[in-house]
Amino acid sequence: MIRSKSSNNTMKNAHIWLFCVFALFMALLPQMLNTYWTAVFVSVGLGTLLSLSLNVILGQAGIFHMGHAAFYAIGAYVTAVLNTRFGIPILYLIPVAGIVSALFAGLVARPIIHLRGDYLLMVTIGIVEIVRIALVNDLGGLTGGANGLFGISRPEIFGIKIKKDLQFYYLIWAFVFATLILFHWLNNSRFGRALSCIKEDDIAAEGCGINVAHYKTAAFMLGAFWAGMAGTLFAAKMTIISPGSFTFWDSVLLFAAVILGGGSQAGVILGAFLVFGLPEIFRGFADARMLIFGLALMIMMIIRPQGILPPRPKKFTISEEWQKKIQNAAAKDA
Amino acid sequence: MEQFFQQIINGLTIGGIYALVALGYTMVYGVLKLINFAHGDLFTIGAYLGMTLFVSFGLAGSLPVYAAIILVALMVMGLVAVLGGVLERTAYRPLRNASRLSAVVSAVGASIFFQNAILLLWGGNYYVYPESVRPTTIVSLFGMGVPAIRFVLIGASVLLMLILYWFIHRTKTGTAIRAAAIDQGAAKLMGINVNRIIALVFLIGPGLGGVAGLMVGLAYGQIDYSMGFSYGLKAFTAAILGGIGNIPGAMIGGLILGLVETLGAAYLTIAWKDAISFFVLILILIIRPTGILGERVAEKL
Repeated sequence: MIRSKSSNNTMKNAHIWLFCVFALFMALLPQMLNTYWTAVFVSVGLGTLLSLSLNVILGQAGIFHMGHAAFYAIGAYVTAVLNTRFGIPILYLIPVAGIVSALFAGLVARPIIHLRGDYLLMVTIGIVEIVRIALVNDLGGLTGGANGLFGISRPEIFGIKIKKDLQFYYLIWAFVFATLILFHWLNNSRFGRALSCIKEDDIAAEGCGINVAHYKTAAFMLGAFWAGMAGTLFAAKMTIISPGSFTFWDSVLLFAAVILGGGSQAGVILGAFLVFGLPEIFRGFADARMLIFGLALMIMMIIRPQGILPPRPKKFTISEEWQKKIQNAAAKDA
Repeated sequence: MEQFFQQIINGLTIGGIYALVALGYTMVYGVLKLINFAHGDLFTIGAYLGMTLFVSFGLAGSLPVYAAIILVALMVMGLVAVLGGVLERTAYRPLRNASRLSAVVSAVGASIFFQNAILLLWGGNYYVYPESVRPTTIVSLFGMGVPAIRFVLIGASVLLMLILYWFIHRTKTGTAIRAAAIDQGAAKLMGINVNRIIALVFLIGPGLGGVAGLMVGLAYGQIDYSMGFSYGLKAFTAAILGGIGNIPGAMIGGLILGLVETLGAAYLTIAWKDAISFFVLILILIIRPTGILGERVAEKL
């Protein structure tokens, strides 16, 4: 569809405004929160970060992936092992954890990426379980078994040691906003367009000359890279990690956040807020809180089957030069 | 050798249970292309209902043991089937035409709901099946003792599978189920009430799953509220292993998975017991991307 430039710009401006308002809101939010809710929003922030990274795989490329906690776990454990054994500062470990996770993802994805949707879903569940069991079994004597690892140091930025919840809040949410900008840009790049095309119809994509297996693996590795970095932040925040934090259920909740949100960036943020925030809001129901949460998940899905905010279909403007060429061609045919 | 034989019996017992649960997954998948995440929890509810029925109605004392077991099994089958029907009606039917992943999330919600409902109703502790309902007869075979209940359970799961197989392949309703699984639109045009077929599948699958839960209680004596997770995951693995949507595939997949897991735990490594099934799954899918008996669908990549 050919759209005029001006309306496109208004849209763009609206997005930028929305982004700025949200950033401002999140920057001021801790002023209104007590320490408990600050801690909640730290974990919501981590959940948002993970959901955004899963969205690349599940939302953009349309790969049924229900094992994201595996990559998160690898990032956290790489951080914990390197930090406690060799004393490498946390900040340097952020990219290292990401790279290790991405390499692992590439390694496991290559042979399975061609599997049909639900088979792939099951295999990714298998991967997250195998990783968890490997961690419990103290793989290579490094992971500390079921008790996990402790004594992970805090990150230090410009000489400030990050240890309070409030400091982590700003660190993690800054990371989230950087991710939003980067992934937004990525979504509109050649890479993002290729993924949208694969999601709609991978056979057609292959026909258009997109190397589907290649792009799917790349999406997988990118998502894993981000999850690995989130793992570092998690490890630094907790200082103690154990296999219990990276179960199949954690993967399922991330999956639910992305699908519930619908796949657009704003949707995924909303989905993460609901999935990771609602159980806290329902705390008043005491024992029945997860029961209510399950019910809420069903009801929300039934009310909005397509997700709360599905991405708008991509629209591209045709340059004037090409518009002329098309018109000329049409005139010729007539 | 004796130990090997013992392990085979154990493997077949657990394999039969996996197969019964896997049938519920595979039948639902067949007609709706939906992974029913709540199926594992319906299975757990079967185990708890069985225990409650045994204890509260005092069935254990008043009837001969096996008669009581059969009676409870039928009651559990009926109750869990009704629950499955209600689940389909409320959580899945409104999403029939939505994207498949939306239905999966709704199923995840249902699973969380059921698991916590069990937690609220029965509490988080382990429950032990009363000794009186677990027949203690020991059959000696090749000079070693095997609890008779194991044979009964293997026999029961095989019998249930044979009945289901007969029902699916030899009756008119069974043919309608298969038709709905192949092409819902065409099935409708042939005068099949697809809604009724789907509802029926949601009675049969959970019914079998509920009985499988009861069988876990009878075989191992111990049940807990979160057991649906690991059994469900393994059974789903079994369904995929055999080729999802394929009923004989689920049976074979369940039995193979039970045997491989038991033998692997006995002879290779006990610590990795729960991971064995997933390794097998990944290996088989790499070699045969649609499972052992899965239909060959062209997927060119």
